[in-house]
Amino acid sequence: MDTRLRIIRRVAAELRDGDYVNLGIGLPTLVADHIPPGIDIVLHSENGLLGVGPSPTEAEVDPDLINAGKETVTAVAGASYFSGADSFAMVRGGHIDLTVLGALEVDQAGNLANWMVPGKMVKGMGGAMDLVAGARRVVIAMEHSTRDGQPRIVPRCTLPFTGLRVVNRIVTDLAVIDVTRDGLVLREIAQHTTLEAVRALTSAAFVVDAPLKRF
Amino acid sequence: MDKRIDSADAAVALIPDGATIMMGGFGLCGIPEMLIAALHRRGTRDLTVISNNAGVDGFGIGVLLEARQVRKMIATYVGENKEFERQYLTRELEVDLVPQGTFAERIRAGGAGIGAFYTPTGYGTLVAEGKESREFDGTHYVLERPLKADFAFVKGDRGDRHGNLTYRRTARNFNPIMATAARVTIAEVETLVAPGEIDPDAVVTPGIYVQHIFLGGPYQKRIERRVVREG
Repeated sequence: MDTRLRIIRRVAAELRDGDYVNLGIGLPTLVADHIPPGIDIVLHSENGLLGVGPSPTEAEVDPDLINAGKETVTAVAGASYFSGADSFAMVRGGHIDLTVLGALEVDQAGNLANWMVPGKMVKGMGGAMDLVAGARRVVIAMEHSTRDGQPRIVPRCTLPFTGLRVVNRIVTDLAVIDVTRDGLVLREIAQHTTLEAVRALTSAAFVVDAPLKRF
Repeated sequence: MDKRIDSADAAVALIPDGATIMMGGFGLCGIPEMLIAALHRRGTRDLTVISNNAGVDGFGIGVLLEARQVRKMIATYVGENKEFERQYLTRELEVDLVPQGTFAERIRAGGAGIGAFYTPTGYGTLVAEGKESREFDGTHYVLERPLKADFAFVKGDRGDRHGNLTYRRTARNFNPIMATAARVTIAEVETLVAPGEIDPDAVVTPGIYVQHIFLGGPYQKRIERRVVREG
């Protein structure tokens, strides 16, 4: 299975019936296409929409209706529109049950770095810092290591922080890891990998849950 | 009241060089197209622009950047346009990046007479540097100050001569809060109706926040990322 699809499907299993969910730009947005049957959730888009629907057909395209990734979307029946101030009151006020975001690095304290690489063009943090500060649960969806095989789950972030002690769970193509008060706990590994392979690509310390599940 | 002004050109004639202007919109959605184009024609310079994004090459705030009319941008996410990136990297353009929720709340506070507020956003990060932090009930917060402007450019769907405004779908975004936070708010609308035609229950921006209003159009409403499904 494709690496991204594996991550997306595993993240989709994090959704609970009745959740209000914010999906970050990029890979997390694709989770919306894999919502398990019987799970009814409402998608929040920080540009001012609760009830994001599927992409429009050509005939439905409306330039006044986009998501936070600036993609054309539709709104489901029962959707609502609101200002940026209201949108982030929902976020900071703890009304969003779950946010799924990408990451550059996560460390063993649950600190997150996902918005800038010093020396490269800095595009801005958008709503990421607010989402990690306010959402009730923060799940990171990312590839386990960088393209050149460097770990992204590290003892201490080397890149500038997005938030401190904000991550609850990390879902990668290889593993599901929880951030607990006692450090990182490896809960699951992918069908196609081994514990040794996960260890080799993770520089942060973690304990292994028993029994270790497969996904 | 009659706050109608003849045109976008008449409205931007009020704006001096060096002004601070809030501009509504998220990406290219809900941007004040007429006012941005008029400001470009007039050539007003040394502007500080407060906007979530900075437009794209050749459209929206992008045209003001290409004409070197902007000295400083306060935004949350930028770099969708090459000219922005060039001016940013050569430091011709000053850029202040703000978390989006903090950006929205600073504008809201600016319009609502709030002197400062504590937010958990950005605690322990670069954006908290040099700012007061405080702990309340076990959570750390950062002290943030309001944002205000000399002018706000707001794009509404319907409006009347009192300045009452409605918005359409996600084109609302930052428009209603920016309308509250400027000394002079100029609204462009797609339909200008007689007072009473907008149900008072449906008014999003009450006219008190708007100083000038005009009928805009035709609108281009460019789409940044057209994503469609079969069907």
